[in-house]
Amino acid sequence: MAAPPLSHPSIPAPGGRSPWSFRMSGQSLAGAAPLGDAPSRFRLFPRRLGAARRFVAPVVLVLLWQLAAQAGLVSTRLLASPAAIATAAWQLIASGELAYHLAVSLRRVAIGLAIALGFAVPLGLLAGLSRLGEDLVDATLQMLRALPFLALVPLLILWLGIGEATKIALVALGAAFPIYLTLFGGIRGVDPKLLEAGRVFGLSRAGLIRHIVLPGALPQALVGLRYALGTAWLSLVVGEQINATAGIGYLVMDAREFLRTDIILVGLLVYALLGLGADQLVRFIEKAALAWRPSVLGER
Amino acid sequence: MVSGARLEVRGVSHAFALEKRALPVLQDIDFVAQPGEFVALLGPSGCGKSTLLRLVAGLEAPSEGRLLVDGAPVTGTDPSRTIMFQDPTLFPWRTVRGNAQLGPEARGTLAADAPRIEQALSLVGLASFAEAFPHQLSGGMAQRAALARALVNQPRLLMLDEPLGKLDSLTRLAMQRELAALWERERFTALLVTHDVEEAVLLADRVLVLSDRPARICADIRVDRPRPRRRDDAGLVALREEILALLGLAEAA
Repeated sequence: MAAPPLSHPSIPAPGGRSPWSFRMSGQSLAGAAPLGDAPSRFRLFPRRLGAARRFVAPVVLVLLWQLAAQAGLVSTRLLASPAAIATAAWQLIASGELAYHLAVSLRRVAIGLAIALGFAVPLGLLAGLSRLGEDLVDATLQMLRALPFLALVPLLILWLGIGEATKIALVALGAAFPIYLTLFGGIRGVDPKLLEAGRVFGLSRAGLIRHIVLPGALPQALVGLRYALGTAWLSLVVGEQINATAGIGYLVMDAREFLRTDIILVGLLVYALLGLGADQLVRFIEKAALAWRPSVLGER
Repeated sequence: MVSGARLEVRGVSHAFALEKRALPVLQDIDFVAQPGEFVALLGPSGCGKSTLLRLVAGLEAPSEGRLLVDGAPVTGTDPSRTIMFQDPTLFPWRTVRGNAQLGPEARGTLAADAPRIEQALSLVGLASFAEAFPHQLSGGMAQRAALARALVNQPRLLMLDEPLGKLDSLTRLAMQRELAALWERERFTALLVTHDVEEAVLLADRVLVLSDRPARICADIRVDRPRPRRRDDAGLVALREEILALLGLAEAA
């Protein structure tokens, strides 16, 4: 833990003169200073800590967890201690095992997502841009969407076996629908007045699509991408429980066999970090592609 | 300099299909706007004035009648017939300059029109805001940007669909003066839809007073006052009273 900053009022300033003494002589009404800003007010966590203050509670929780584990209050068979998890993580990293399984998992998500984009974007464009396309595509996809895609696992296993194909197909299925739906909705949601203005200024149909429909649909489509990434991870977790021989899911399943709760928790942590990273990636894309939006400009 | 277009509106009637019933909005509209003439269409709100502009712009085809620009029938939109809408309808993902250059971009004349784009932006006083996005502009600035976007196309017929309707009254007064000056310099044919009588008589050579829906032309009033006009011009004030009386809104003496 870092030492409290020097300006902390409970610590006398060098020279034996505490900040309190200033107030005594200079201020006639102690109550006149606004409470929230009064430097004399005792603070458990000084403002100086700023953003770091948000991490106080999680850090304390982890410390309590560690203490409870050491005191034998929590069975390490059921829940490994934070120190054990850190050790396990370090060993997995050092041996290169984590990197290997991570690469396998990432590859599944990347291929699955690419397939999802490859199907969902053309279908979304087709349905969004033409009534005929909507009639041909939308009803079918809406029906398929009503099916919980994870329930397709038995069928996928029969069709594709228990190898990589099933895992990738599951990721692709999970990610495709959010992309399709938001692209379709985004295209249909473009302000008709903007389209009319485009026509007045001489844009052809192709020009309208390129200059108005696609930029107009982009914000929603990116929300869809973000959502698709979330579903992709979820599908990955499920897919990797099916007879996997590599991947983060395999790491977790394998650890279960040996009651290694520390490795299981490392796996969960990796899943969480991957999800977080994917979200940040799309945020970054949004920030770059949607610089014109006031909400994005307002963010830092 | 580009001269104004001659607009002929011949026996135009139009109806909307509303739940399988035809809702007539325009009835036998017939007038000619001479090249360079400033015509105001004045009428109660919802009477179909804006619909008439949409027909002239080529966004819709009339149910009946003919629209001719310089003798040629209107079959679709054309950049030489440009509308400035009540809302600026700027493209939010384009900067002010990006919005202004949409027309030239669509026609593939961006390089040739580059000086005109800068000229239009400085004409409306937005040269220093060329890189701003629409959400960063005030209402008046957004309308100016929309005006610049229209002017870049060197319209021969500029349609103004209550372009100042949503502005605050001070901005509105300033922009009325700017529009008048602009028209005097460029001499395009102008078709202004408004429900502001003062605005109509201040800007137009001719005021067509429309009835309630379905709109018919119930008066064609010539505004023969010298320009630049003053709001307190006695002739304009008298005309204003006359038109208000036609609309059944005369101030009781």
